[in-house]
Amino acid sequence: MTKGVRTRAIIIVSIMLLAVYGIIGLPKSTAELAQNVSRNIRLGLDLKGGSHLVLQVQVQDAAKAEADREIEALKEDLRKAGIDYAGMDRNDPQAPDQTDAIQINIHGVPALKTGDLRSLIGDKYNTWILTPVSSSDYRLNMKPTELIALKKDTVERTIQTIENRINGLGLTEPTIQQRGRAEAEYEILVQLPGVDDPARVKQIMQTAAMLELTEVKDGPFSSPDQALAKHGGVLPLNTKLLKAAPRADRNESGDSWYLVSRSAVVTGRDLRNARPGRDEMGKWETDFMLNKDGARRFARFTESNIGNRLAIVLDNQVKSAPTIQSRIEDSGRITGAASQQESSDLALVLRAGSLPAGIVYEEERTVGPSLGADSIREGLVAGLTGLVAVIIAMLAYYKKAGINAVLALFMNAVILIAALSYFDATLTLPGIAGVILTIGMAVDSNVLIFERIREELRAGKGVIAAVDTGFKKAFLTIIDTHVTTVVSCAFLFMFGSGPVKGFAVTLVIGLIANVFTAVFVSRTMFDWSLGRQRQVTTLSI
Amino acid sequence: MELFRNTNFDFLGKKWPFIIASLVLTVAGITSTILKGGPRYGIDFRGGAIMDVKFAGQPPVEKIRTALSRNVKGEITVQNVGGADNEVLIGTELQSDQALAAARAAMTQTLEATFGGPGAGAGKLDFNNAGSAALADQIRDPLTRAGGGLSDQQLQELADRLRAYRDQRRSGLVTSFDELSSVQGVTPQVVSVLKQECHLAPFNVRRVEVVGPKVGGELRWQAVKATLYALAGMLVYIAFRFEWIYGVAAVIAVFHDTIITIGLFSLFNKEISLTVIAALLTLVGYSMNDTIVVFDRIRENLKILRREKLEKLINLSINQTLSRTILTSGLTFLTVIALFLFGGEVLHGFSFALVVGITIGTYSSIFVASPILVFWQDFVETRKKARGTGAVAAAQSAQPVRRNSVKAVK
Repeated sequence: MTKGVRTRAIIIVSIMLLAVYGIIGLPKSTAELAQNVSRNIRLGLDLKGGSHLVLQVQVQDAAKAEADREIEALKEDLRKAGIDYAGMDRNDPQAPDQTDAIQINIHGVPALKTGDLRSLIGDKYNTWILTPVSSSDYRLNMKPTELIALKKDTVERTIQTIENRINGLGLTEPTIQQRGRAEAEYEILVQLPGVDDPARVKQIMQTAAMLELTEVKDGPFSSPDQALAKHGGVLPLNTKLLKAAPRADRNESGDSWYLVSRSAVVTGRDLRNARPGRDEMGKWETDFMLNKDGARRFARFTESNIGNRLAIVLDNQVKSAPTIQSRIEDSGRITGAASQQESSDLALVLRAGSLPAGIVYEEERTVGPSLGADSIREGLVAGLTGLVAVIIAMLAYYKKAGINAVLALFMNAVILIAALSYFDATLTLPGIAGVILTIGMAVDSNVLIFERIREELRAGKGVIAAVDTGFKKAFLTIIDTHVTTVVSCAFLFMFGSGPVKGFAVTLVIGLIANVFTAVFVSRTMFDWSLGRQRQVTTLSI
Repeated sequence: MELFRNTNFDFLGKKWPFIIASLVLTVAGITSTILKGGPRYGIDFRGGAIMDVKFAGQPPVEKIRTALSRNVKGEITVQNVGGADNEVLIGTELQSDQALAAARAAMTQTLEATFGGPGAGAGKLDFNNAGSAALADQIRDPLTRAGGGLSDQQLQELADRLRAYRDQRRSGLVTSFDELSSVQGVTPQVVSVLKQECHLAPFNVRRVEVVGPKVGGELRWQAVKATLYALAGMLVYIAFRFEWIYGVAAVIAVFHDTIITIGLFSLFNKEISLTVIAALLTLVGYSMNDTIVVFDRIRENLKILRREKLEKLINLSINQTLSRTILTSGLTFLTVIALFLFGGEVLHGFSFALVVGITIGTYSSIFVASPILVFWQDFVETRKKARGTGAVAAAQSAQPVRRNSVKAVK
């Protein structure tokens, strides 16, 4: 008996040591202790504050951009091959699930050239399928395998870009991951613990950050109509009309529009670096440096265009249109930032690269830092009050055996927290629901056992026999209640969403710990205390 | 100390008033829910935006409503947060995913413009709703001009400390810049720069939830699906360990608890959010646990007291487990009541569901699940009598509640 108790005691002590180590590590000072504890008990965003964002990648943007590139290239090739056509355009899918409908329409190809068109598409545009619509009109659809690859690639590049941007902000422990299947859902989950200015972070993530340095063909105009009127109602070939960004630092009345070249001299891809800076007047701006290739093109362009204007275009808005004074080698600046934060945010998104497609926020849950701090404090107060009440009641009702129960309860809590820490799981609000049910069932296990022992004692059994039978009979019940709950948790975990899963995981861990503490540990404690007495006639229960 | 000893209450003899009460409550719950057009889902499940805003004083509910109605599409609801009289939840429903960002921005801007107080919109930063990076940025230059320039790192640390003071000591609302002088590193110079560059809006946005209708619908369906599967899983396990009628009885009892709790939520006009779902799952687990403890005792007694009438036997089992039932429920109730009273607003709906759920869960094991076993037994016996009491084999298979009874009679 005593020997059995010793082996069991060793098992219990080693498990507890392992659990305590999992929570506090090996601290050398109180400061380190506090640090380890807060690192190992990971609170979820709903408790400590932070932002949970779900965003949808507008993959149709990437498909449209791809179609636009193909249209430009195809026009060029058709001209070279001498194939006549009346017009070419694409449809305009508006939502991610319409991406597959992307289509290029070619109108008015002479019947004689049909064969040439077919062989050109087959040779150079084999990611598209050509289908005749009528004798002179055709449509091009992207191959399904290409579409899947394009969507997957777009989502992956978006995640990469957002990751770069968020890492640039220096936030602690952000999570950025794909949600659901890449080829069908296009959703990204971003979790930012402890972020104190979510609006700014959302802005940074959403900025497309497409930088283009391009030639100004004409302008500024006060309205698009004025520009059109000057050019006889039709925009010149290979140009586009862009609006100038409103400037906070200048009091210009009304909008201004620029007619700029469609093909940019350099783009954001040619950037080597970007950083916030200040101009001669002390105003904030963002300075950027070009890489070798970009610098060569930019130098050639500026050299031959001295006296002309250059447009610095960000996300299809003309940021500024300075006149080229001299040959510029490898640097430039974007002026007009209202604050340092704005200029450094712009530098950050330029460094991180542009988004391949737009993003739309589908879900945002932000718990502000003040509410987070309040929740933790109030949750602790409530939890401790409840615990103290339970402890007092157990001790009053079961006397010395109550100590058993309280110890078992404590060990259960320690093992549960340690297991969460070992599994890198976070404790969320639904997780706390799981903890409460665990505590309820742990108390219940002890009560079941103790009531059984009392019953056996009342029936006239000796102390040792009563403890033995009490544990045996209660054990069956405990197993049934616990397995039933674990079964339900398995289903909740398989079919539930995030919070429901958190509940299930915490509960299962808690229940396994409980079978160990309420049955194994508590029994060992009974045996140990009974083994020390020479003659066992009474039991404090 | 012992509360109950050898009690002998005739629970099943008095079952009818309780069963009627259960039926009335269930029907009332369902009716209330249907009359109000389904459960009142939180924006988690419905799609929409809510903002939890704490005010320095009494929140001007009507003013908030009218100001927001002008700038945000859709109906605006403003309600007090449970337990606190200076905090409101402002909500709006959303019809499309695209409107999300716009509605959220409009809400923030309207609040800032209407309640921002003096200084709002004049280029001053709202200290009560600013992040520390923005704060550091705002005071950098003025501080340098005033001759108290700090390095970027020092400045950031100072801003972090100011923010920590605001959030942890003042629950996000500072009412006077002068009280900031107690923060480490805040000189009178810093205070005067703060006064000059920032203003104190008399409110603090504590929580924002924006959920698109698509995500909301998915979440709702997923939660319901997971719960139904979990119930089915429990039914199968109990049927395997006991008899199938036990599984059915336990699941009916759990359904009864859930419906009444949801009905109470509807009666009290409380919203069902994701957190409440977690509470409902807890209640399902708790009620199931309670029922199984009673069933387990019934199963055990069936082996010992083979001649006893089932109704008496169940009564005995309930009485034998009564002190355990009361004690466990009482102790769990203590924890949950503590959570309800001190747990703060985030846990409010959650702990409400648990307070209700534990009471009903305990009650249903005795007055719902157990009577079902008796009803089934009676049903089987009447059917057997009607058929004539000929074949032992038929009786054996038709009497699942007492598998061993036939053998005992022999």
